[in-house]
Amino acid sequence: MATRELISTGNDLAAIAGVDAGCRFFGGYPITPSSEVMHTISDLLPAVGGTCIQMEDEIAGVAASIGAGMAGVRTMTATSGPGISLKAENLGLAQMAEVPLVVVNVMRGGPSTGLPTRVSQGDVRQAKNPSHGDYRSITLCAGSLAECYTETVRAFNLADRFMQPVFVLLDETIGHMHGKADLPTLEEVQAGIVPRKTFDGSPEDYRPYECGPTEPAVLNPMFKGYRYHFTGLHHDAKGFPTEEIETCRKLIQRLEDKVMMHTDEIESNEEFMLDDMTGEEGEVLIIAYGSVSLAAKESIRHLRAAGIKAGLFRPITLWPSPEKSIKKYTDMIKNVLCVELNIRQYTEEVERVSGRLDIEGLYKVNGRPISPYEIVNKVKEVF
Amino acid sequence: MAFNYDKYLRLEKMPTLWCWGCGDGVILKAFIRAIDKMGIDQNDVCVVSGIGCSGRFSSYVDFNTIHTTHGRTVAFATGVKLVNPDKYVVCVAGDGDALAIGGNYTIHGARRNIDITLIIINNFIYGLTNSQTSPTTPQGMWTVSQKAGNIDPTFDAAELGIASGASFVARESMLDPKKLEKIFIKAMEHRGFSYLDILSNCHINLGRKNKMASAMENLEWIDSITVSKKKYDGMTPEEQLNLFPTGILKQDTEVREYCDMYQDIIDSHQGKRGKVTQDDFAKKI
Repeated sequence: MATRELISTGNDLAAIAGVDAGCRFFGGYPITPSSEVMHTISDLLPAVGGTCIQMEDEIAGVAASIGAGMAGVRTMTATSGPGISLKAENLGLAQMAEVPLVVVNVMRGGPSTGLPTRVSQGDVRQAKNPSHGDYRSITLCAGSLAECYTETVRAFNLADRFMQPVFVLLDETIGHMHGKADLPTLEEVQAGIVPRKTFDGSPEDYRPYECGPTEPAVLNPMFKGYRYHFTGLHHDAKGFPTEEIETCRKLIQRLEDKVMMHTDEIESNEEFMLDDMTGEEGEVLIIAYGSVSLAAKESIRHLRAAGIKAGLFRPITLWPSPEKSIKKYTDMIKNVLCVELNIRQYTEEVERVSGRLDIEGLYKVNGRPISPYEIVNKVKEVF
Repeated sequence: MAFNYDKYLRLEKMPTLWCWGCGDGVILKAFIRAIDKMGIDQNDVCVVSGIGCSGRFSSYVDFNTIHTTHGRTVAFATGVKLVNPDKYVVCVAGDGDALAIGGNYTIHGARRNIDITLIIINNFIYGLTNSQTSPTTPQGMWTVSQKAGNIDPTFDAAELGIASGASFVARESMLDPKKLEKIFIKAMEHRGFSYLDILSNCHINLGRKNKMASAMENLEWIDSITVSKKKYDGMTPEEQLNLFPTGILKQDTEVREYCDMYQDIIDSHQGKRGKVTQDDFAKKI
């Protein structure tokens, strides 16, 4: 398969991926360490007839992006944790009104203003439920420079498939990392674009929110003769506010089921040096994601050289979590170590899925990356 | 012959949830007549509203409609407009919506001079949520959150529009529906940010506790605080105190519209000289 080899940064690759995936609108607001996504896409979008606007605050950045998404174009914003906190309200509207949107979050230390220029994975739990109410977040997490590109592309297709916001989590380390990325060709990316479904019957018959119980809304682009209504209120088949008991129940149940009944379309993992695992005594399963997985891979080489049979399970789709795969490996391998740049945010999910309370953890929340040696030492210490 | 509104209304949504005698209906009808007079195709209009009584405006009119979060109307509308620069994008917001929680978006929409018409239905109170103080509530009036009388200084909505850089700023009240219709037409014809402070009544949640419990009494009060710009300009500062001039307060046709300026950026990125490519950010090897 033909590939492109590029030297770039994670943030730039996310911006380039957006444009390649057909994004034509970006509404943003400056925030470290994600600003380069906006800087780069502000140059790339006008060249393809698209628009990038720096709005007056984080709330407006996502609002303008959702507005463009309602109008029918592929749209994107990028921010960091404090920005997600501010955008949460409108992300809820996008979930409720089923507006596709890609949100790149380049994670930095939190809570609050935290450590603006340093790495963290502290927004993993936030990504699951940034705003109030019931809905299912789709959250992808890039573990390499190439994935800053490929996961952003995938996010656009998932957003249009499930008609909702999709998060792409980078972190400060991977966003600012500069290096080589092996990417699919532009032709391949463009051939893989699956735009949102539209209705082409008579406008009188159009019911944007009347779809199968596990399917997303079918939202036609604006100004094309199909006049309907977007609202954050509970709404009926045509999008109009309602408090009718069954309609309300079905709507929220559908928001849940459209994701949870199709997790096979969303799940993506990397299994690194797990194929020779048999469940015998002494095997070590490391679970890590994002930039931490790079250190984990390096640590596994050292552990194996030292005679410890270790392997990595790396969820790329964090939410919904890859339940079957996590269960499979945590059932098989006794010694499990979660490594995260937060305190137990994904470990708790692994505990929930595995039903085990003996998962070991290595956590760091001081804004510094975890080194392979720390992982090696932790494995030797606890197992 | 009486004007038939049916074509532009979502009749199945009638009756509205607005109280009897509410000015919102008068404003909605004037807006519809303006669209009809201009001969605009319903498919070419997007109406964006926020939260509050005025927020329901968008669900009653048969255009492309968005009911957004509280105060964010202009920000959502900016996204819609930028990807459809040739369409009509109209925001409808209340005084609390546009001036308090949404003040930032009102200011910056006006500052950019993007071709959006912002209709602020200014009834001086948070009506839907039962009489809390809004930025335009006159000092001294009873509100449910300031029962001893509002001590917050009263805000002049139109002055904010002028100061923020909107290229078209006007104020009218729902007392004169014909004038409203005309001002809506002028605002939508204007290429740039049109900022309309439309005074309206809320005799239920402003009036009842402030000695104007009927719509008529509330309207008489609005009449007493408004005066045409021409007359206002001839008054002394003492006479102007607590009065609001009506009519077109600012119109600047020279200042450039935002989408037009952005088109220049798009144009400058075309062709060999100005074009930035991905190669500037990612080196091929």
